Amino acid sequence: MKIEIKDLNIFYQDKQAVFGLNLGIPANQILSVIGPANSGITSLLRSLNRLIDLTPDVRTEGRILIDGKSVYDSDVNVTELRRRVGMVFDVPTPLPISIFDNVAYGPRLRGKKGAGALSETVEEALRMAALWDDVKNRLKAPAMSLSGGQQQRLCIARVLALKPEVILLDRPCSGLDPISTAKIEDSLTQLKERFTIIIAPHNVQQAGRISNRVAFMLMGRLIEEGTNTEIFSNPKDQRTSDYVTGRFG
Amino acid sequence: MKKFKEKLSGRVFFALALSSISALALITVFIIVQGVPIIAEVGFVNFIFGMSWAPSHGEYGIFPMIIGSVTVTLGAAILGVPVGLCCAIFLSEFAPARLRNLFRPAIQLLAGIPSVVYGFWGLLFIVPFIRNVLGGPGLSILAGAVILAIMILPTVISISEVSILALPRQYKEGALALGLTHWQTIRSVILPSAKSGIVAAVILGVGRAIGETMAVIMVLGNAVAVPTSILDPVRTLTTNIGIEMGYASGPHRQALFATGIVLFVIIMALNSTAQYITRKK
Repeated sequence: MKIEIKDLNIFYQDKQAVFGLNLGIPANQILSVIGPANSGITSLLRSLNRLIDLTPDVRTEGRILIDGKSVYDSDVNVTELRRRVGMVFDVPTPLPISIFDNVAYGPRLRGKKGAGALSETVEEALRMAALWDDVKNRLKAPAMSLSGGQQQRLCIARVLALKPEVILLDRPCSGLDPISTAKIEDSLTQLKERFTIIIAPHNVQQAGRISNRVAFMLMGRLIEEGTNTEIFSNPKDQRTSDYVTGRFG
Repeated sequence: MKKFKEKLSGRVFFALALSSISALALITVFIIVQGVPIIAEVGFVNFIFGMSWAPSHGEYGIFPMIIGSVTVTLGAAILGVPVGLCCAIFLSEFAPARLRNLFRPAIQLLAGIPSVVYGFWGLLFIVPFIRNVLGGPGLSILAGAVILAIMILPTVISISEVSILALPRQYKEGALALGLTHWQTIRSVILPSAKSGIVAAVILGVGRAIGETMAVIMVLGNAVAVPTSILDPVRTLTTNIGIEMGYASGPHRQALFATGIVLFVIIMALNSTAQYITRKK
């Protein structure tokens, strides 16, 4: 298991968002975490790279192990953790600089200086995110000039350029058109060869299309987790069955 | 009936908006009408670059006062902007909520202190301090710059802070999720993104400093001479008007209005620069 989550509880002040969650996530697969709004999915994702620490009055209990090492250990460098566990958000968040600089940003701060090596990294990341052909002739253009779908792929490329081990995607296609969504899904299925991907898909169909494993959460509790086939064709829990067949949610 | 109400309210708002614009227009026209004749009489170059201000002898050169305004304002910016900006970063990025709730009203209170009180305080504390520690008369550019630096803090702090807080939360989170440290995020994402707001804050602060009269009258010494050090007394464009307005008449009064025109142009230029930078991004 790449990631092991043991008895995770997350509280916002007095309100509990995640209840006693246990989950193992294998490497080089796509895990979809599905469930209706307010199921604690975003809280779960944000706890994996400790971005949740930014929220005031948040408290987490339990253990999250990546490669057997707890992310809450006192000797863990949070900055380094976030490089290893990259994240893409529901709203594309390009920085207000050029396309090239957006992708080169992380590597540059990590000390990669040579122009040749840098542009190689940028090209590789943009190719992996299926954006290279769209932007190769205008790398110096501002990132804000891209369409929504392109901006989101740019954000994925930006994460990839850091060579992370795990990629978290929190409803990355929620504001995108079907064609952009298809492109992102395509690149994700290719990327799983090299990364561990955890995605909160924006609907059940997307989970069905791209994931190897699916976890179903409801009201902060993990109801069921299994392979794609198990969850969609043969769910053990009635609630899972109701949700994936669209009876609620 | 409803349509009539809509139309009427539109007209009323338009009229009120127009009244504020027309106040500006009237004042502008008035200053120009009053001031331009004397500039024409003395000559533009002689007026702006003239070194001698002796209204009783018909000499109207305001160059020493332009230098006075520029040096005092520049000094205020050099002292006040870094402090204000750091304070804004601290409040928006580092301060815990309790501390922030204590700091923010305190800073706003700073803006509520009447400028004459600043001047009085400066005269009693800053001026003797400079005289005893650094030498010179104490009434000096430095004293004015210190007072103005404190006076522009609320402007610089609150506008920069607002522009930092107005950034989409995702900028910060995206940067942190990329593995940037908090400081790297501030330096390379937050500050550049909030740049236009911060520049506007600085320029509005500078605008406030250059227009301030009362506080600096009391601490600048008001000598009409081009200064050679920051410990020399100077007179600014505003204090020139403030000091002589009471007894000026005829061409002397026109010359004070002409000083006002110069001030007006400087502030217009500052504001246009601010707008240009904000738009350019």
